[in-house]
Amino acid sequence: MTNTGAGGLLPPGEGETARLGALSLDSGVTLPEVTVAYETYGALNADRTNAVLVCHPLTADQFAGREHPVTGKPGWWERLIGPGRLLDTDRLFVICPNVLGGCMGSTGPASIDPGTGRPYGLNFPVVTIGDMVRAQAALLDALGIDRLLAVVGGSMGGMQALTWAARHPERVANAAIIASAARHTPQNIAFHEVGRQAVMADPDWRDGTYAPDEPPRRGLAVARMTAHVTYLSEPALEAKFGRRFQNGSAPGFGFDADFQVESYLRHQGKSFTDRFDANSYLYITRAMDYFDLGRDCGEDEGALARCFSGTKTRFLLVSFTSDWLYPTAESRRVVRALHGAGAEVSFVEVESDRGHDAFLLEEPELDRVLGGFLAAAMRGAGL
Amino acid sequence: MTTRYDLIAALVENEARVLDVGCGDGSLLRRLGEERRARGYGLELDAALVAQAVSSGLSVVQGDADTDLGDYPAGAFDTVVLSNSLQALQSPVAALREALRVGRGAVVSFPNFGHWRVRTDLLTSGRMPVSKALPAKWHETQNIHLCTVRDFVELARAEGFVIEKAFGISSGRARSFSPGRPGRANLTAQEAVFLLRSKR
Repeated sequence: MTNTGAGGLLPPGEGETARLGALSLDSGVTLPEVTVAYETYGALNADRTNAVLVCHPLTADQFAGREHPVTGKPGWWERLIGPGRLLDTDRLFVICPNVLGGCMGSTGPASIDPGTGRPYGLNFPVVTIGDMVRAQAALLDALGIDRLLAVVGGSMGGMQALTWAARHPERVANAAIIASAARHTPQNIAFHEVGRQAVMADPDWRDGTYAPDEPPRRGLAVARMTAHVTYLSEPALEAKFGRRFQNGSAPGFGFDADFQVESYLRHQGKSFTDRFDANSYLYITRAMDYFDLGRDCGEDEGALARCFSGTKTRFLLVSFTSDWLYPTAESRRVVRALHGAGAEVSFVEVESDRGHDAFLLEEPELDRVLGGFLAAAMRGAGL
Repeated sequence: MTTRYDLIAALVENEARVLDVGCGDGSLLRRLGEERRARGYGLELDAALVAQAVSSGLSVVQGDADTDLGDYPAGAFDTVVLSNSLQALQSPVAALREALRVGRGAVVSFPNFGHWRVRTDLLTSGRMPVSKALPAKWHETQNIHLCTVRDFVELARAEGFVIEKAFGISSGRARSFSPGRPGRANLTAQEAVFLLRSKR
């Protein structure tokens, strides 16, 4: 159904939402009423064999394949989704849901707690990547889709794709995991903690009880600025900004955004607060921090392989040489586990100096590999 | 006209699980898929070649045979293929041991440095041989561990690898030979192809 503007920052009337009832979470808590907002591109075929789930990264949302209703910018993977594109909507039915805990129409901390009639805020239960996948599985049930031709995701989306393949192997024929990992490293957790502390240090945060029109903008902007640096690389920053000054060629001897890189980061931070909810940022970063897929299957070194034992899913993993946030070593760890499970797996480390963000950008090598992988998937399904 | 690929395809069983170590763009794996209905997997160092192989629908992992064969569990494959890749490895012996750990058998091919033309080249020119099969100069070549048929047979014996079949290829003609008497093949074969199993 069309959304009624019940949750988060999604403007009323934009996109689709599904009411999915109660959902029990990894923490043991049950959410009484879960709504998932989603976008679809293309049409489901009569045999229901052409469905592809696209899982979004931390600060993106369901608007992967069309202009964003809040920012007016192109969809974050519009480059890949559309007629004749890599995810060819003339042949595929692409579904992209907003994650549980998000702020673009899916149930999250900004949603109304049916118990109190007020926004959840910090009363929202801590959710996990597994819970996000649970909500997505419930959405697919509601849409009548038993099996996915593919699940595709970058960064946090890749974590969801891996979790899909581990928890619902019979529902996933192919899984593409890009610039991602099977666990959050201590470094990942550390950066997220810096961002959360920035939000919580903003007096406007009010222990999470801020009014929708008075969010902790400064704290959230700082969190975004820190995170944004981790998505780039030194060569990328050097190429884009160097040490250039914002105005003229001499220093201004002050604390305004004197360097271009500062001005850029401030803009990134500020514009982020128009489209993202601060509490959602806390909850989703927490979900990523708790992510350690192997722990589902034990504490030993072989645990991650056991999560995939007997899998028939085909896997593709892609990493980028300059991505220090989700480095190649983490992808290789997954590849090793998949080898251990006897899975069909492909892996490429793409040469790029654009850091973690490379998965969102024009990278011909990524397109070639992902395109070939998906083409083979479609051939395998007789599409 | 018989090529190395013809011999390798003949040595792989139908519907076998095959790991091609140094699979390049995946052309051998595609052929094994078509002719043998083999389930092909590849390991390749060069990212551009991996991309090419994956984009043709193969399951290929970018990695280094010197370090990454240990990632595969024992007995994961029916056959491990090292098609003219052995001589480019840092530790060919370790790779062969790994190949026979992860595979029930291994098909290994390499350019034979014992071929008479290589020998006469070195004798007459006094320089490292450069040929059609080995076109790079000594300081540019990736082939850092070249060997002869006799070298390989002796290594197999020392390591306890069982040579089930051995072939020499010379001017497009393949000839089987007895590993116990490698002298003639060592002189006449431009390339050699072996089917190995480990001693149980």
